[in-house]
Amino acid sequence: MATIQINVNGESREISDIDPTTPLLWALRDHLGMVGTKFGCGKGLCGACTVHLNGTAIRSCSTPVSAVNGLNVTTIEGLAHDEDHLHPLQEAWMEHDVPQCGYCQAGQMMNAASLLATNPKPSDSDIDNAMAGNICRCGTYQRIRKAIHTAAGNGGAA
Amino acid sequence: MKNDIYSYDLIPDVDMPAEFANHQNRRAAREARGDAPFMPRRQFLKLSGIAGGGLVLAFMMAGRSQSEAAHHKTGGQKTFSPNAYIQIKPDGEIVIAAKNPEVGQGVKTFLPMIIAEELEVPWESVTVVQSEIDKDRFGPQSAGGSQSTPRNWTPLRQAGAVARTMLINAAAAEWGVSAGSLKADQGFIVNPKNGKKISYADLASKAATLDVPDAETVTFKERSEYKLLGKFIPGVDNPDLVTGKPLFGIDQTLPGMVYAVLVKCPSFYGKVKRANLEDVKNMPGVVDAFIVDGNSVDGELSPGVAIVAKSTYEAFLAEKALQVSWDKSEASNESWGDLKELALDLTSKPGPVAEETGDMQAAIDGADKVVDGFYTYPFLSHSNLEPQNCTAWFHGGKMEFWAPTQTPQAIAGAVSRILGIAEEDIIVNQVRGGGGFGRRLINDFACEAAAVAHKVDAPVKLMWSREADMAHDFYRVGGFHNMKGTIDKSGKLSGLQDRTLIFTNKGNGRPVRGGNIRAGNIQAPEIPNVRIEAHEIPLIVPCGWWRAPTSCSVAWVFQSFIHEMATAAGRDHLEFLLEQYGEPRWLGKQTSRDFNTERAINVTKAAAKKGNWGKKMKQGQGRGIAFYFSHLGYFAEVAEVTVDSSNNVKVDRVVVAADCGILLNKSGGENQVEGSVIDAISTMASQEITFEEGAVKEQNFDDFPLLRMPSQPKIEIEWLTTEHSPTGLGEPAFPPATAAITNAIFEATGKRIRTMPISKDGFRIV
Ligand code: FES
Ligand code: FES
Repeated sequence: MATIQINVNGESREISDIDPTTPLLWALRDHLGMVGTKFGCGKGLCGACTVHLNGTAIRSCSTPVSAVNGLNVTTIEGLAHDEDHLHPLQEAWMEHDVPQCGYCQAGQMMNAASLLATNPKPSDSDIDNAMAGNICRCGTYQRIRKAIHTAAGNGGAA
Repeated sequence: MKNDIYSYDLIPDVDMPAEFANHQNRRAAREARGDAPFMPRRQFLKLSGIAGGGLVLAFMMAGRSQSEAAHHKTGGQKTFSPNAYIQIKPDGEIVIAAKNPEVGQGVKTFLPMIIAEELEVPWESVTVVQSEIDKDRFGPQSAGGSQSTPRNWTPLRQAGAVARTMLINAAAAEWGVSAGSLKADQGFIVNPKNGKKISYADLASKAATLDVPDAETVTFKERSEYKLLGKFIPGVDNPDLVTGKPLFGIDQTLPGMVYAVLVKCPSFYGKVKRANLEDVKNMPGVVDAFIVDGNSVDGELSPGVAIVAKSTYEAFLAEKALQVSWDKSEASNESWGDLKELALDLTSKPGPVAEETGDMQAAIDGADKVVDGFYTYPFLSHSNLEPQNCTAWFHGGKMEFWAPTQTPQAIAGAVSRILGIAEEDIIVNQVRGGGGFGRRLINDFACEAAAVAHKVDAPVKLMWSREADMAHDFYRVGGFHNMKGTIDKSGKLSGLQDRTLIFTNKGNGRPVRGGNIRAGNIQAPEIPNVRIEAHEIPLIVPCGWWRAPTSCSVAWVFQSFIHEMATAAGRDHLEFLLEQYGEPRWLGKQTSRDFNTERAINVTKAAAKKGNWGKKMKQGQGRGIAFYFSHLGYFAEVAEVTVDSSNNVKVDRVVVAADCGILLNKSGGENQVEGSVIDAISTMASQEITFEEGAVKEQNFDDFPLLRMPSQPKIEIEWLTTEHSPTGLGEPAFPPATAAITNAIFEATGKRIRTMPISKDGFRIV
């Protein structure tokens, strides 16, 4: 058992009495009560659990909480600046009505945010490649791609 | 040809709510009725501060509701609430209840849209809340068989129109004019003669004192007057979804909650002999571990070992330390390999004739050409991205659920049977489900949560790992079809025979869910001679309803085989397909469930046109077409593919022509169609559930892969405008997609795919 300190969405959070092998996913969900990050496969196969570690997308189901001790984690709850200023991806997701069940979408948006941070004007194939690790069981891929273009200011063009 | 086999009645396969219709949740209804009747209690607490409540009348379909008048005072003003669905508050807030479970099919948005349309209010002014579970006031509340739309179309329009009529009456009384001279217009009643207008908010108090008219007497808006239905309306939960709010079953958190798993025998229906419970109890974070006997009823409670822990991870870790000795004496010992062998053998020989029209033997004897083709498809898992889970809390003699289910009304009956808790002491709160596809029609996860919560003095969140989810699904049943077709001397399809087998549920002897194969599934009423021969094989492996049950698999067989026949006859597939429908007419009893060949012809022609049918393609490319009528929707699809020399298949474009009657929400509808096409490609690419000694072998998305973004085709949709009643869209776009694509692959390569998934024949979707 260990005590772990993480900066989650800009706030320092301490988790005491936690098994250090606990995946970050479950630390967020069960210990910190932040359930926006989702469990899909537990094996790095679906991307539902995607969060940012120091700004880069990682799979929180496959990252032990001990590995993020003292680091900056951003989750879907912290993607927006604040309630009145959503991230352009969140706006685009609503504009294109991307979600069906919506379960994968937190992971999709976190992954897309990481893509846009390094490639602000991605092409269709840039998007396809960057997003290939994120499964949408409902099949909202067309809309995800459109929404990423919109958020990137590509005007929907490929 | 007799018409009656073309009555596509929604057989129990699809019409599942009938199976569940008896169970209700009256207590939850009663509890909440005093205050804010259609809100789950948590929402109620949140809203009650501003709302001041409002007595709401029981909504009765036939409009027999009496005016008990909706009045609860808020500073002398009253909330107008003529039925369970609508509240109009004096401050102008309009609240509409969404009655059915949302699992991604968009129902939480489009059912309230129907009410808002007839109520004649701007959509922006509406707040949608999820209703409680109460059959008395909301009727069946389920999400399956694409039934939400057809079932609710009339009652929900009535709910809106009753309220609109009463607001008009209130304004008429206010102004001393006749109701007939007034009009409703986006939240106002206007008098066109003098231009006077008054808002619904200002009329709410007065309307609340009026008699509620008989729902059968109110008039609906003309379709040309619609302002909302058919528009692109984003989902009402989007703002919460994109910011990660706790909407889903898996997100529910209660004070003092513990986390549990129920470990079941890998072989279906195995029981626990003994387990190292003491070792497990000593694992970190474990609160308790015990054996659950289960009732071994299909779809209810499987026996297993419950592990209760302080966190999900600790429960999962403890599961790894668990050792169980299983009693498999009554468990499934079935293997997919053995079943395949048996099926091959049986379907190669004549079997019992299940249905026959005309004389198939005469067709064979007189044929110019006879074509044979053996088709097979595997079992499938639903793979909802949110694994099964359920939160339950046994408190004060009541069992309360937060259940991501498609059939919330069915939980009380099952749990009452298992635990002996009275149905009225069972409360079900609706939560969002991360994908349905038919998996959550069965409430095994809720039964499990109840069994654990019954023994634990705390709220329990029961979690399934992905591996558990894949190992204990209710699978899409696999199938085998030894097809024979005949072409007569004039080049027409003169006969069609399907030697198949029907898996029957070992428990009840009936065809497994989604496994009843009938001549009506062929959807080619002009074929004069048709014979279905079906062997029956009892099966223990649990089968369930999987997106467009039965249609999802047999459409591929029949729509591929018709293409084979067209090819054998040397005729154009489109023209040949249209010939199978015959004259435009409505077969059977001419209900929405009966095949309407005119609608079939129209969508097929529309898809062909938009899909550039007949236009030349490059080497290695192919174009295929297929049609299917299922779940009251008519869909034809044209697929274009490019196949390289290594059999890599790129699905370039899928064109969909749809007649679903009136389209309710363009956005939600298109999302469902796009998703169905993606799902079809996902399924046909490489998905297969296999089992050995009664246990499923595939475990996660590495050996049961789902389609990923780079493989998505371009999907284009054309909605045919028809006056037919609307149908649900969660299912009918799926069935024709697979055949359209395999037909296109044939056109590109000359290779006929008769085995699913296509990876079996060396093809790969890229
Ligand atoms: S849950 Fe982490 S990748 Fe699937
Ligand atoms: S929207 Fe359901 S999994 Fe993506």
